[in-house]
Amino acid sequence: MFKTFIVGIVLGVVAIAAALYLIPVVDQSREPSMIVVHPNHGNTESFHVNVPMDRIMIGAKAQANPLPPGLDWPEDTGFDGVRAELFKLRNANEDVVGVASRIAASDEVSGDMIEWVLHLPARGSIYVDLQPEPREGGYRVGALRAGTREFVSLVGQMTERWIADNSGLEDAPAGRIELITAFVAQEITP
Amino acid sequence: MIKHLASLLIGMLVGAAMFLALLYFNPLTHQNTLSPISVSEHDVMTLNYSAVAVDSLVYTNDGESHVDPHPAKVLQLWEAPIRRTTAMATILSDSRDRVAGIGIKFSSDSEKTNLLNGEALVDSVWHIYLPGRGSMLIAQSENYWNYLHDVVIPAYWSSGDNWRGVWNGNITAGPGALFTARVVGGGGEFEGLESDAVESLSAKAYSVEKGPVALRGELAVEIPRDELTVSEDP
Repeated sequence: MFKTFIVGIVLGVVAIAAALYLIPVVDQSREPSMIVVHPNHGNTESFHVNVPMDRIMIGAKAQANPLPPGLDWPEDTGFDGVRAELFKLRNANEDVVGVASRIAASDEVSGDMIEWVLHLPARGSIYVDLQPEPREGGYRVGALRAGTREFVSLVGQMTERWIADNSGLEDAPAGRIELITAFVAQEITP
Repeated sequence: MIKHLASLLIGMLVGAAMFLALLYFNPLTHQNTLSPISVSEHDVMTLNYSAVAVDSLVYTNDGESHVDPHPAKVLQLWEAPIRRTTAMATILSDSRDRVAGIGIKFSSDSEKTNLLNGEALVDSVWHIYLPGRGSMLIAQSENYWNYLHDVVIPAYWSSGDNWRGVWNGNITAGPGALFTARVVGGGGEFEGLESDAVESLSAKAYSVEKGPVALRGELAVEIPRDELTVSEDP
């Protein structure tokens, strides 16, 4: 019986070690990447934010209705020209795939700036700074400053555009912020 | 036969407990708390914040964690792809405890988590704006093993369901080879910046019911100095 007990101990050690090795502790839920390949124009991926449903926070001075209710935005004068927002981020299939932050600010050192960070838990993060002045058609264009994990070796651009909803449906959003990324892998020189 | 089966089962339970105890008390998984930034020859900018949810501007998660979202009516991250993600917006202060800017942190449980190696990993990014200075991104992989080992698990073992003491540790575990985070400058004086950072935590109290009660975080960001030019000897 003692031998059986010893065998049991060994089996217990092996079972736990195998379980910890083979069963992932974290398994992030994934949605398929909705990348569109264009003829002669590389590839793009479209994300969007439904406003106001996907808005988590609007941090700005003198907000009549702070979001979320109870937000205590700092009164410090340094934050006068800052607007910081948090969103849920959706893919082209309307599925939530990540979260995003947008900071728009103006000061004497940085000038006017608009930046996005898109965080897709199963894929990585994207850091983009946009040209503050919109182009024809209401697009703002910006370059990918940095990416992590899946995006770490990519270069390219992202566009931002506000699209108002004209469907007239009762539960329709006021509109959407459309973000289109166009990234390619960096050329590797031997 | 039944005696042998019982003996085998008890043996397996003992074996499993022994292995878990070995994992927990394994000194090889205890990470070094010395920050490589602390011996840097460059300037180091420190940004401090409270890592307690109620002290932040906004903190949100899936709504089922023991750390409640703040404020109470904030939108929760309940959808499957973001269920293991938290988002926090907080005020950052400088080394003199003056307001320095705003930081937004996204953290997601990492699929690279490997408890066998003492790695309880979280992938996170900080989006930081410092008025009058500029903006930056800090991307890192964090390891909470030491924090869980020294603070959270003892709180669960405590009869009062809490932990009090002093715990300091670095949580940055990469992607830099020296366990540093990657810093990329955005606008302002940080434009073009490529540097390293280390995030550390200082815990004083933890409650099983509420999560961190007294927890401060610090970001140490290396700011490379401009190259010094040597003038000719007159």
